[in-house]
Amino acid sequence: MTSQSAIAGAAVATIDSRETPARRAWRRLRRRKGAMVGLAIVATLIAMAVLAPWIAPYDPIKQSWLLVRKAPSLAHWLGTDEVGRDILSRVIWGARASLSAGLVSVGIALGIGVPLGLVAGYLGGWVDAVLGRVVDAMLAMPFLILAIALAAFLGPSLGNAMIAIGVTATPVFIRLTRGQVMQVKVEDYVEAARAVGNPRWRIAARHILPNILPPLMVQATLAIAGAIIAEASLSFLGLGQQPPAPSWGSMLNSAQRFLGNAPWMAIWPGLAIFVAVLSFNLLGDGLRDALDPKETR
Amino acid sequence: MVNFLARRLLQLIPTLFFVSVIVFGLQQLLPGDPALVMAGEERDPEVLEQIRRQYRLDQPIPIQYAYWLKGVLSGDLGESMRLKAPVAALVLEKLPVTAQLALMAIVVALVVGVGAGIVSAVKRDTAWDYGANLFALWGISMPNFWLGILMIFLFSVHLGWLPASGYVSLREDWRASLATTIMPAFVLGNALAGVLMRHTRGAMLQVLTSDYVRTARAKGLLERVVILKHAMRNALTPVITLGALELGTLLSGAVLTEQIFTIPGFGKLIVDAVFNRDYAVVQGVVLVTATAYIVLNLLADVAYLLVNPRLRD
Repeated sequence: MTSQSAIAGAAVATIDSRETPARRAWRRLRRRKGAMVGLAIVATLIAMAVLAPWIAPYDPIKQSWLLVRKAPSLAHWLGTDEVGRDILSRVIWGARASLSAGLVSVGIALGIGVPLGLVAGYLGGWVDAVLGRVVDAMLAMPFLILAIALAAFLGPSLGNAMIAIGVTATPVFIRLTRGQVMQVKVEDYVEAARAVGNPRWRIAARHILPNILPPLMVQATLAIAGAIIAEASLSFLGLGQQPPAPSWGSMLNSAQRFLGNAPWMAIWPGLAIFVAVLSFNLLGDGLRDALDPKETR
Repeated sequence: MVNFLARRLLQLIPTLFFVSVIVFGLQQLLPGDPALVMAGEERDPEVLEQIRRQYRLDQPIPIQYAYWLKGVLSGDLGESMRLKAPVAALVLEKLPVTAQLALMAIVVALVVGVGAGIVSAVKRDTAWDYGANLFALWGISMPNFWLGILMIFLFSVHLGWLPASGYVSLREDWRASLATTIMPAFVLGNALAGVLMRHTRGAMLQVLTSDYVRTARAKGLLERVVILKHAMRNALTPVITLGALELGTLLSGAVLTEQIFTIPGFGKLIVDAVFNRDYAVVQGVVLVTATAYIVLNLLADVAYLLVNPRLRD
């Protein structure tokens, strides 16, 4: 680092001395209306999923032959389905399957992808070359088609759907982490950490990882949106949440057969998926802008 | 350029190798005795024996892989357990249907997405721009199977304008063919349009601040000419390459779209195969789509080289 930029750096440090990077990002994020709307919806959905047993008006799997396909009413705000179950209750409970699938599968993708990306980017050489080609191979397979194939071979269940989606989402994180590591590892502070004799794993975990977190957070948020669509798709096809447990995707599947006489069955679960995906996309887009290092304010 | 192509082709070999390993490896995920699972309802010892022989399940896994790969390389993707037909023939039969759907969706996406992208870049920070950005966000967030269901409800159930499902090929009757594919093509193109809009907007914003656009304006050319002739042509090149990367999104989308509209293409093939535990067909579809994706992206790279003289040296 030249002495000039060191001085400039010191000057910035005195101005922003009390503002940590996380605080700055939060301040910038708060200014973005779209991101805040997204965050508010995400918080609401999480609350809905956690509080489902207390806020759902009815048992989501209790059938009633007296209530088959009833239009929305005061007793059943969103109507009932083909076996008389309350749709509002099922939509509320369905948030559990969707959100947990989104979070768990992206967790899996991060858990496998980030360490592999760190290794590939930091070690380079043949490890990097081989991983690079595996990533190419996985990215060549259309996302949903690979997820369907994995879920089909693993067997239909919500847990297997999460694994299938998580594994399918992994290569993006390997590639992103690797690229970021390549950029960061030539920085002076990494060189300095090595000069004082830190072991390689420590440099990767303590010095490189914290500096590449922002783009990973952005990608993870957007990946949750993709994972929610994927879970809904797999459940729609019967490869996710198994009946009678409620999930938005499987609700849409049964709704399709009753479009003519019970259209409300198709409206609400679909709207729930759309809103959930939209909110994570809004939040991800906002995070990308807020964490952009080129942004100076 | 020859160098670039040679390097690019050489790189494909390990990628294709790993594609084949992953597709073959899917089989190893089957719980329990694979022969028993693959046979499905059939418990006939003769059938089980045939499966064991066909997949060489008594041999070590690398040997199984070698035999499987040898078959694949000579165009043998295995046999459909349910349809008693070679997988390769099934895939070839469904290919034109999905290709027609995908091409129509691309046209929808190009017209809507690129159009919206140009408008939003030219009218930056106006209501037009916000509208186009909202549209892109909608396209990216809308689950295509829900959009499909809503369109069927509106145009088929409620208004009765279009058939809700089924497919007629172009050769049979082009009017009926368009009627059966226009809704699915729109549903499929919707998501791609959102992505293309964002790419186009970004590329246009960059190009609009470049020197040659300023020069063109300084010469007193009409704004329309500057945008359509000078800016757009240069902005679209990266959009095409980025668009080719979205081909996977299109094929993924085709799975559910074909399912909703009961269109007998690629996506329906893999879904039916999953329902019927017809595992060889599932593997075949994954293998063929991945290979198609790799080849088409190679072609996109070549096209990029051809239209961009600066890269040709």
